[in-house]
Amino acid sequence: MTELLTKLSVLLHSGEISSLELTEKYIAETEKKNPVYNAYVHTCFEKARADAKRADEMLRKGLGGSLCGIPMAIKDNICTDGIETTCCSKILEGYKPYYNATVVEKLYNEGAVMLGKTNMDEFAMGSTSESSCYGAPLNPRNTSYVTGGSSGGSAAAVGAGIAPYALGSDTGGSIRQPASFCGIVGLKPTYGAVSRYGLIAYGSSLDQIGPLTASVKDAAIVYDAIKGHDKRDMTSRQVSDEPVEKSIDGNVKGLKIGIAKEYFEGIDSEIKSLIYNAVDYYSANGAEIIDVSIPALKDSLPVYYIIACAEASSNLGRYDGIRYGFRAKGYTSVDDMVYKTRSEGFGREVKKRIMLGTYVLSSGYYDAYYKKACIIRNEIKKSFAEVFEKCDVILAPTAPNTAFPSGLAKQSPLEMYLSDIATVPVNIAGLPAVSIPVGTDKKGLPAGMQIIGNAFDEKTVLNAAYAFERGNNFSEFDIPEIV
Amino acid sequence: MEYEMICGIETHIELATKTKIFCGCTTAFGGAPNTHCCPVCTGQPGALPVLNKSVAEFAVRAGRAVNCRINNNSHMDRKNYCYPDLPKAYQISQFDEPVCENGYIELESGKKIGITRIHIEEDAGKLVHENGQTYIDYNRGGVPLIEIVSEPDIRTAEEAREYAEKLQLIMRYVGVSDCKMQEGSMRCDVNISIHKPGTEFGTRTELKNINSLSNIVKAIEAEVERQTDCLESGEVIVQATMRYDADSDSVSVMRVKENSDDYRYFPEPDIVRFFIPPEEVMRIEEEIPELPSEKKKRYLNELMLSAEVVNQLYKYKRVTDYFEEVLSKGAGAKNASNLLIRGIYTRMNTEEEKEIFDISLPAEEMSKLTRLVDDKKISFNMAVGVLSDMLSTGKPVEAFISEKDTEGVSDDELVKLCEEAIAANPKAVSDIKNGKEKAINVMFGYIMKATKGKGDTKKASKIIMSIINK
Repeated sequence: MTELLTKLSVLLHSGEISSLELTEKYIAETEKKNPVYNAYVHTCFEKARADAKRADEMLRKGLGGSLCGIPMAIKDNICTDGIETTCCSKILEGYKPYYNATVVEKLYNEGAVMLGKTNMDEFAMGSTSESSCYGAPLNPRNTSYVTGGSSGGSAAAVGAGIAPYALGSDTGGSIRQPASFCGIVGLKPTYGAVSRYGLIAYGSSLDQIGPLTASVKDAAIVYDAIKGHDKRDMTSRQVSDEPVEKSIDGNVKGLKIGIAKEYFEGIDSEIKSLIYNAVDYYSANGAEIIDVSIPALKDSLPVYYIIACAEASSNLGRYDGIRYGFRAKGYTSVDDMVYKTRSEGFGREVKKRIMLGTYVLSSGYYDAYYKKACIIRNEIKKSFAEVFEKCDVILAPTAPNTAFPSGLAKQSPLEMYLSDIATVPVNIAGLPAVSIPVGTDKKGLPAGMQIIGNAFDEKTVLNAAYAFERGNNFSEFDIPEIV
Repeated sequence: MEYEMICGIETHIELATKTKIFCGCTTAFGGAPNTHCCPVCTGQPGALPVLNKSVAEFAVRAGRAVNCRINNNSHMDRKNYCYPDLPKAYQISQFDEPVCENGYIELESGKKIGITRIHIEEDAGKLVHENGQTYIDYNRGGVPLIEIVSEPDIRTAEEAREYAEKLQLIMRYVGVSDCKMQEGSMRCDVNISIHKPGTEFGTRTELKNINSLSNIVKAIEAEVERQTDCLESGEVIVQATMRYDADSDSVSVMRVKENSDDYRYFPEPDIVRFFIPPEEVMRIEEEIPELPSEKKKRYLNELMLSAEVVNQLYKYKRVTDYFEEVLSKGAGAKNASNLLIRGIYTRMNTEEEKEIFDISLPAEEMSKLTRLVDDKKISFNMAVGVLSDMLSTGKPVEAFISEKDTEGVSDDELVKLCEEAIAANPKAVSDIKNGKEKAINVMFGYIMKATKGKGDTKKASKIIMSIINK
């Protein structure tokens, strides 16, 4: 895999290319390819040029960090000042926030250049990005297949080489699963490691922002730039200032890798054997393989759907057409306006989850669903904590399958929900996990491997990922390079 | 009365913190619409609340002042409902772990009105209806509130008023709020049902829009009358929210509650649980000043002031602070309180002015002036006049009182004046001889006029009586 960000950074810092030149190349590439992949839903090229000039100034003064002058893309549910941010929902049509999310601010402070906002499932609810009101993005490896979701646009942009890196968000696998479907790297940091301020909430206790990149080192660089406590997000935490990128060397000697059989139930056999090959690789490189068990894993899906939908039903109450975004026409009263706006503004999947969430919080059902889910959530957390007393990381598939053919989600909604089985547990437990390419299936589609770590131990997670990436060059996943 | 009223009061009080409960916006009242706002308090997508630490502190102070137990572990919940003045479609409030529980307020009769709980929450914005349009002003949105829920221990309208007044005074004393009912920084929702003693409780209604203490009484009386008429004519009482209209002194139905509201409360995921250490509670408790009822008792029993005077002083925290400072500098309570009422209160026309008690006269000067009266160097009436001059000019006591003014009246001079007074008032003399002792006041008037009020009337009385009875 190319360490794209390091490469670009060297070019920029050495003056071989200016940020403006680089940005123009990416703009030209995006204009050419985006009509095919539909990765971006809003572009802001004029702003990107201005950002690039500012970055060049920073570089000249020697103020730029490793991301200075490098273009990037932001998922459409992360607020960008003055740039449309719609969660790919009709209900936020035309909405331009008047503030930047903390992560965006941090990247700007590094001298980043934003090309645009990326496609996603409406309000991040989905596993294919097909519920976007702008139409689905297409998989850069094979356009007959979906990108995965919900951060499908971010994965497609990076996979297609029209964004050197992108930010996504992960509530139940929305960074890792599309990364796996598109053959790139996606990191879901520990809950609290990255500020959520400015991330339009889906499931507040599960949501986490993270990078989608071409390589593990790239993911580490972006993670280092966005991590840390934010006084505007009470759930964010102080993390180590030490750059993860500098501290990973790919040495896995003595690393204790846990394999939980529960993670392999219902997984496609091709993917299983790819993961087992990876286990052998680690073993051959001095890692210790330990069998562990997490029985509570089987409860993860219902717990996830109850908690995420409950929080979503409350989080999405504010879209009523009164203050911003879409407002239906032809209403007779305030109540009628809210009713029509929400009926016309939200898509099917979003409505389904709002109803589900409203139901599980209703009096008479609260104890049976929401409260019970919270109790089981604690059990799942405990199980993971116990496992991490025995091992440093857990290896698992990212998804039970490679990318779905386009259109399947509509036909088998339940299958879609079930396909989140391997990704949701870490959101429930708040743990960090990265998905990296582990090989291809017979159809030539990329498969992903998940490396899960203990809370706030992104370093170990990324180091283990780097070890595998360094030793296994999948040239088929190379991203088209434009410089 | 045939029916017994069962009443409980829910009181919302806006806290006097400088900034809002979840963001840094000002809590100042007024301001052009939507100018005290930010992404957080207007519920912009992606914005997150951060709990203002002083809000929990204020709640602890309020709670300890009304004898509540403090929950050291607490958290916020979401109360979901849809209304245009609520920009997130949920109010961040507290459901099952309020900061304070199980307190009470004691009425003058000794009866205790229980306080079930006090929790913290955010205020909503305000709908403004103008020219057939409705606008929303979010300046008030996110202003911190405490909601104080009483037990249904109240049985009469007067008890309700007294409870609310005591609560208002206590909250002002401990500095958590200015509790202005007119401006809405204190809002009472009164729950009422009636029943015949010994029978089951009746269906309750909730009275809103009560904007003064006296209207609490009127609103309750109107609602009890309405419920009584209802039952008497064989109708059933419907669970409803009622609005009290002060102009017509009547109640009308605002909203009928068909089923109990389902707010789908759940723990607020954006705000971490918080812990209020017991040492912190103790520190806050130590800062709680003497409360109004204790102060009132002390003024009556230790300072020996009259009930009439005490009632004029103790309700205003700032007045009592000033008064006590004057006393601490050596002034006597009786003259100081009377001077304050006659010389300063007369310049203050509203309750609010007394509440704010913004005067420039240093307590030291007020004390000096009072001591001149205490020592009989000048008369009370003269002091009132001097006080007025001091307040108008900001000059010290010495500027208005010469040494001559403070010279006493010698005994010889007093005897001489008494003789003159007797000579000038033969009718009074004969009245006194006929047992109308009060007639002596006429002669006091003469002496006071001559001495510019410095004559000692006790001495003069003895002198006059001994002359007359010779």
